[in-house]
Amino acid sequence: MKKHSTLMTTPFWRDKRVIPLLLQAIFAMIVILIGTIFLLNAVESMRQIGISFGYDFLSKMAQFDIGDKIVSFSSTDTYGKAFFVGILNTIRVAFIGIIFATILGFIVGVARLSNNWLARSVASVYVEVFRNTPLLVQIFIWFYAVFLSFPTIEKSLNSFGLFFFSNRGTVIPWFELTSSSFVWFLFLIAGLILSVIVWKIKLNQQVETGQNKYPFFWSIGSFISSLAIAWLITFELPLLLSIPEIVGRGFVGGYTIGPGFCALLVALVMYTASYIAEIVRGGILAVSKGQVEAAKALGLKSSTILRLIILPQAIRIIIPPLTSQYLNLIKNSSLAAAVAYPEIFGVGITILSQTGKSVEVISIVILVYLSMSLLTSLLMNIFNKYSQLVER
Amino acid sequence: MRRRLIALLSFLLVFSVVLAGCSEKEAKVTKSRLEVIKERGKVVGGVNADIPGFGYVESDGSYSGMDVDITKAIAAAVFGDATAVEFRPLSAEERFIAVQTGEVDVLARNTTLTTSRDASVGLAFAPVTFYDGQGMIVRKDSGIESLEDLEGARISVESGTTTELNLADQMRKLGISYEPVVFDSQDAAVAAYEQGSVDAYTTDRSALVSRRTTLSVPDDHVILSEVISKEPLAPSVKDGDSKWQGVVTWTVYTLIQAEEYGITQDNVDTFLDSEDPEIRRFLGVEGDLGEQLGLPKDFAVQVIKAVGNYGEVYNRHLGPDTIFDLERGLNSLWTEGGLHYSPPFR
Repeated sequence: MKKHSTLMTTPFWRDKRVIPLLLQAIFAMIVILIGTIFLLNAVESMRQIGISFGYDFLSKMAQFDIGDKIVSFSSTDTYGKAFFVGILNTIRVAFIGIIFATILGFIVGVARLSNNWLARSVASVYVEVFRNTPLLVQIFIWFYAVFLSFPTIEKSLNSFGLFFFSNRGTVIPWFELTSSSFVWFLFLIAGLILSVIVWKIKLNQQVETGQNKYPFFWSIGSFISSLAIAWLITFELPLLLSIPEIVGRGFVGGYTIGPGFCALLVALVMYTASYIAEIVRGGILAVSKGQVEAAKALGLKSSTILRLIILPQAIRIIIPPLTSQYLNLIKNSSLAAAVAYPEIFGVGITILSQTGKSVEVISIVILVYLSMSLLTSLLMNIFNKYSQLVER
Repeated sequence: MRRRLIALLSFLLVFSVVLAGCSEKEAKVTKSRLEVIKERGKVVGGVNADIPGFGYVESDGSYSGMDVDITKAIAAAVFGDATAVEFRPLSAEERFIAVQTGEVDVLARNTTLTTSRDASVGLAFAPVTFYDGQGMIVRKDSGIESLEDLEGARISVESGTTTELNLADQMRKLGISYEPVVFDSQDAAVAAYEQGSVDAYTTDRSALVSRRTTLSVPDDHVILSEVISKEPLAPSVKDGDSKWQGVVTWTVYTLIQAEEYGITQDNVDTFLDSEDPEIRRFLGVEGDLGEQLGLPKDFAVQVIKAVGNYGEVYNRHLGPDTIFDLERGLNSLWTEGGLHYSPPFR
């Protein structure tokens, strides 16, 4: 760098290496300037009405309770922990939502291209209805018209005494950990790894020798045998089934999914899946027709063509727009306050109005959504890189 | 090398501009909100939109209720015109931000006066306009007769309220486990209660009385006799503007004092030639109390002409002729065993 600058004869404002740098610096300056003005303005206005800026409120006692939660929380815990509970709730709905939206989206996307008239029409109607109505309206409809209209707990529907449907929540049988759960978990992981290794080895042998070495059965066998070892060691089942029953005003046992969570999850899944379906359809249509024709000419059946020819190629086109749908789903989960599901935004708003720390609370909420979105993007980018064509 | 230099330069530039901005700000004297309002020609009031009797949007889009009348009284005090007012319906969560940012001039939205709201939220409160307490509504056939019976219950509540905190406090005190279901609007919280998704709904007792009338079969529901907390509801303004706070404060006192003198909307003109020096001063016939507050001389007359005295405001929205028929109780004048008491106008 230094050597270059001494050799330079043109003035720096005409130097092609400097001009872009200079422009960038000016742009950065403007951005920083605007940001600083906003920040100072906020600090100044807060000073005028005597509000102090700071995050020390996070360690103070929250004094409010949170209903639907995965970890324990009581009114004597701190605001910081309340945020944590909210973050977990957001992750819970976003994670489950993404999984179901992906599955449903792929099914509907494929169905839209099906040769079956009924499947194609149902899929089209579904996509057009859910894609073209506002999400908040859908959440309200699911909440008021569906989940709150379930019977009351006294008259709750139940199937086989295992599942209960009532307007205070849907209850499903759930598992309880036993003393040997951890050992089982270790063997489960070990079994999975082992089965993948065995599968690879047998598959390689099959490719080399040309004889069928049954890699699938080998891998299943090794998985089952590792679980059998776990059973021999512990002589206990890994999990106990907890079956729900109605006691007094509520359910005991099982796992209760609140109506707010149900409404939000179903609405997010249905809404996002309609977009994903279109992305999947676009991805499939983008695979050139010749590929399918060639596969048909080889005599492959249509499910095999979809699995081995179309989807691997379509997935490369699907992943980038799919990522933005995932991000949308995460951000849309903030509409939960309307149905009393305490995710990060809802909890944040409660804290905001109890403490008056609007700037601080909103900044935390922004940061949480930003980091969740960036993390999702990062994972999807890694997956994208993995699925791209290896070009030489 | 050059890269660093550019970074340094840009930083210095930003910093100097920022410093210049600061010094400018120090020099600026802030105008009272009262001046701003006079220039604008109307008062912007933050009110409730869904509690009949306090703040409610009628079917024709107009606002009605006690809090609404108090906002109108303030407009009458400033402009002599109760219609020089614009209402902003606010949720419990939005209300403090709306005051902090100056979106509304005055907040009259069933807001409980508390220490922390006064000290750290940046509000300045006017006198209490309604003494309330928190209550709980349950279904008659639920067998719930006291708070102790609520073990394991789901209770809906509006987020960002003192109600939410009092509920947590009270249940902690009694050692009752419950599940709070926190909604961002009162309508949603009531709907969840009415559909039976929750066992009980809690808010101020006055609001419970008014919401009960909107349920499909009001007689199926009963308000528990226990009062969970003290809820003095008061209008508030942005902190640090004593002039504007004074206007709001003395408008509220005007309503109370007028009732004490027996001055009503109909008979206020007959009091103008009263011999009583106190009344003459109060109505601005003598003295300069109005000017001291930055208001017209006869602001009290205008307030009373616009909405009447406190008793009239109360009766119009919550009294025996309304569906609520709420007892005056604590909300009577001090002369009748209540808590409303105005300092002397002099």
